Amino acid sequence: MLSRTADHLYWMARYMERAENIARMLDVNHRMSLMPQSEVQAEQAWGATLRIMGLENAFSKCFDEVSADAVLEFMIFNPDNPTSIRSCLRAARENAHAVRGTLTSELWETTNSTWLKMRDFNGDKLNDQGVSNFFEWVKFRSHLSRGVTLGTMLQDEALRFIRIGTFLERADNTLRILDVKYQLLLPAGEVEGGSADFYQWSALMRSVSAFEIYRRIYRDLITPSRVAEMMLLRVDMPRSLARCMKEVYNNLRAVSNEHSAETERRAGLLEANTRFGKIDDIVREGLHNYVVQALGRIQDLGNRIADDFLVPVSRQAETA
Amino acid sequence: MTVRTFYNEMVDPDRQIRPHYAAYDAWLSEMPGERISQKRAEADALFHRYGITFAVYGEDEGTERLIPFDIIPRIIPAHEWKILADGLRQRVRALNAFMKDIYHGQDILRAGRIPADQVLNNSQYRKVMQGVNVPGDVYAHIAGVDVVRAGEGDYYVLEDNLRVPSGVSYMLENRKMMMRLFPRLFSRYRVAPVDRYPDMLINMLRSVAPVGVTDPTVVVLTPGAYNSAYFEHAFLAQQMGVELVEGQDMFVDNDHVYMRTTRGPKRVDVIYRRVDDDFLDPLAFRPDSVLGVPGLLAAYQKGGVTLANAIGSGVADDKSIYPYVPDMVRFYLGEEPILHNVTTYMCRNKDDLAYVLDRLPELVVKEVHGAGGYGMLVGPASTRAEIEAFRERLIAHPERYIAQPTLALSACPTFVESGIAPRHLDLRPFVLSGEEIQLIPGGLTRVALREGSLVVNSSQGGGTKDTWVLEG
Repeated sequence: MLSRTADHLYWMARYMERAENIARMLDVNHRMSLMPQSEVQAEQAWGATLRIMGLENAFSKCFDEVSADAVLEFMIFNPDNPTSIRSCLRAARENAHAVRGTLTSELWETTNSTWLKMRDFNGDKLNDQGVSNFFEWVKFRSHLSRGVTLGTMLQDEALRFIRIGTFLERADNTLRILDVKYQLLLPAGEVEGGSADFYQWSALMRSVSAFEIYRRIYRDLITPSRVAEMMLLRVDMPRSLARCMKEVYNNLRAVSNEHSAETERRAGLLEANTRFGKIDDIVREGLHNYVVQALGRIQDLGNRIADDFLVPVSRQAETA
Repeated sequence: MTVRTFYNEMVDPDRQIRPHYAAYDAWLSEMPGERISQKRAEADALFHRYGITFAVYGEDEGTERLIPFDIIPRIIPAHEWKILADGLRQRVRALNAFMKDIYHGQDILRAGRIPADQVLNNSQYRKVMQGVNVPGDVYAHIAGVDVVRAGEGDYYVLEDNLRVPSGVSYMLENRKMMMRLFPRLFSRYRVAPVDRYPDMLINMLRSVAPVGVTDPTVVVLTPGAYNSAYFEHAFLAQQMGVELVEGQDMFVDNDHVYMRTTRGPKRVDVIYRRVDDDFLDPLAFRPDSVLGVPGLLAAYQKGGVTLANAIGSGVADDKSIYPYVPDMVRFYLGEEPILHNVTTYMCRNKDDLAYVLDRLPELVVKEVHGAGGYGMLVGPASTRAEIEAFRERLIAHPERYIAQPTLALSACPTFVESGIAPRHLDLRPFVLSGEEIQLIPGGLTRVALREGSLVVNSSQGGGTKDTWVLEG
């Protein structure tokens, strides 16, 4: 298939997944903000959300101070924020539009109508229907788009690149969510399992649909290291790093070409690392370090995939 | 403006429903009004959801609009279609013969049938094509010939579109929409199917591959997602099962063209290009073009790749060449033209110019190189000030304009705000030339939705109708 076509498919999937993850993060923050907490805590939590996405600077250009309303406006609607939900859904649609002939008409129509609905959405409507309902809607549209993808697309290269985009993006997002919350919820020196706030940790897990799964797996108290284990190493947990890397690796092998051996090796290495890793080792070495390293490797994989299969990063710069 | 008398497609001068519309009329009168409104709203919603839109130039980038779709079909009886089809085949055969001649021996110029300077100094004449042989001697592989009905109901050719004619996707989507909205209506008529078009198109494109290529790779070349006809480019590529490429996806190596794929370079043999000549190759034409492929012209000249339509096909559909097409039919085929031309005054000729300047309020004046209904004057529909402004432009550059009498275009009943009223229309059938000349029984019917308007272009507020050719 055309490299540019694969590129559009990959980014279509990434942006859809990103929109969903942003909705999840914002939703969990929103729910937490309804719990009794000090203003400082609330502000910290919203600031952390911006930090997850690396958007603190971009935000401070638009708003003077961090508040729930400002962050929601910035992360949902702001057209200048390339990772606002609106921008993501638009980018997903633009990428789909560029390759609509490669998509099934169901998938194109799903992506297109998601954007049309989002385009007509505004702050007033958000207040009318409630913020959480809106986040639900975004999640459901993402579920729908994934379901339509799997239910209608031919199982060929096009689907593989869509899947690679989905899971690479999800891996990135899961890592970010875990990292920021872990730092926020477990200040240095605090004893693990001690005063960890049950509500905060359960909210974190709910943001990745993992709360019920935790109960089923551990049937025990919530401890930070178990949460980290579940989100990093449990391959049966659909949003964990381990599951995402397994999907990325398998799909990469299916589209393998003569240049891609090194990229596949690096993906395989990261996958094996999650498969054979132990949470105790990770915690001892420092979870934050682990996450930063893993994020770097995921970014490296993204660049290498672009160079081997898609529109190389260097050529993107030329035509931009 | 009101045209006093025009041919009504549905009703005859004695206010009787014409026989081929009788069953439709009966069906429509059985349909409750609110059901019709509901179906019309449904059609709009479906077109939006499918994203069957076109981009409008001059507005915000990426502005997309629906082309209004009217649910009353334009019906053409079998015997009329036969004349049209024969006439179109004849015309396109002559046009292809003309292009081959112009880019080789130029017999028609030496015979004095067309003034040589009018062809050779035409900006659409491509010197780089002189002496280049193209597979099957076909230049206009896809022709969209605009036909109108005027006077008592005679068909006239208004324009031959031989560069990158568009609209065929609407022909196909309009039929799908009608069948989806009113399936039972189709049991009352034997409507010739149009859905074979993509098959005919891919077979034709494969048949004109470079010599020696047995299993050609065909692609559709688009300027990109912001082009006004992007929907159609994507649609045709998908329907034919071929790649939709942009210039940046391809490169030329050793006189062959390749596309960049996830598995490395893949050779391309036939390019159905929807990019104008000027933008095809920055090394040969406009150097600032980012839509083309550097080196494409050289590869094409050496026969490494086929372009459809050929480079330089614009020389035959230019409005200043149009008046000579009937002569081409006589010259190359030794036949009398089946379809009429519209009387055309060429403002470059002194006598014609004087005539035109005298009668501006009653004529239609068009730019020779214009398209899309931009830059034209419809005399009877213009104010005195508009006419005087146009007069100045005409006097300054007479060679840029031609003029034609204002035709009383035929009209067909159409849904408008006040109910159902006749609106003027034209017809664009699509003619495919490969080893043989073929056309699908049908075409794109465009309708001017404003009362009295004769401009049917979608960029000027025109709509479309499904076109039914009845089987005999």
